[in-house]
Amino acid sequence: MRKIVAGLILGALLITFVAMILPLEFGSPRMSDMDDYFIRYGQEQTGNNNECTAIVFDYRGFDTIGESTVLFTAVIGVGIMFRRFFGGEEVEDE
Amino acid sequence: MSKLVRFAADILYPVVLIFGLYIVAHGHITPGGGFQGGAVIATGVALVIVAYGYREVTQWIGKGGLMAREVVGLLGFIGTALVAFIFGMPFFYNYLAGQGGLFGVPVTYGPNPGELNTGGTVPLMNFAVGIEVWGGLALVILYLLSGLVPHDDHEKEGS
Repeated sequence: MRKIVAGLILGALLITFVAMILPLEFGSPRMSDMDDYFIRYGQEQTGNNNECTAIVFDYRGFDTIGESTVLFTAVIGVGIMFRRFFGGEEVEDE
Repeated sequence: MSKLVRFAADILYPVVLIFGLYIVAHGHITPGGGFQGGAVIATGVALVIVAYGYREVTQWIGKGGLMAREVVGLLGFIGTALVAFIFGMPFFYNYLAGQGGLFGVPVTYGPNPGELNTGGTVPLMNFAVGIEVWGGLALVILYLLSGLVPHDDHEKEGS
């Protein structure tokens, strides 16, 4: 019973998703003010031919700091988990 | 691994490193950037680990060096952004773009062949992030692999 209900809900969601996607045309977004600004002025303002890098490292650099910090934290977490195996340092119990 | 694999890894390792550095250095012109290039370089480290095994590789590649690379990369990234305060600009302002000098050749709107000496602070940040991702991912690979080494064996070796 639960599987049937779950299947029906999933199907309804899928149909809604497709019905919302289909009327949109490719290449003509509804709102493109931000994109137009980046494409028009990105090269002159940042000097980057690669617009993605200009956005990631210049316009939204703060976001990239977060990404780098997430990577740093992940490596520290893995290091804490595997410290016992690497180099034989014992974890001190307190 | 066998001699063939080691020979292939010997040839491929510098190629992978150079390709990764190319992706990092050209991040502001062609697709790619610091994260992607650093991941490619870390793949080179994984290749050497596959070819030569964990024991031998840990004698060449130390934990401290990779950790230092990671820390230097992150601090260099944040430091490059902080330098903008010296010029009286907001955080992350691109103070080098279009000024002439280092990475400062002006770029006009529209398609152009592209020059390496453009981009302002973006190439510096690409290098910093590339170094960070290199150290970080290689460190994760080494750490995860160290869990596969039999524990008793490893303790005997360490003592």
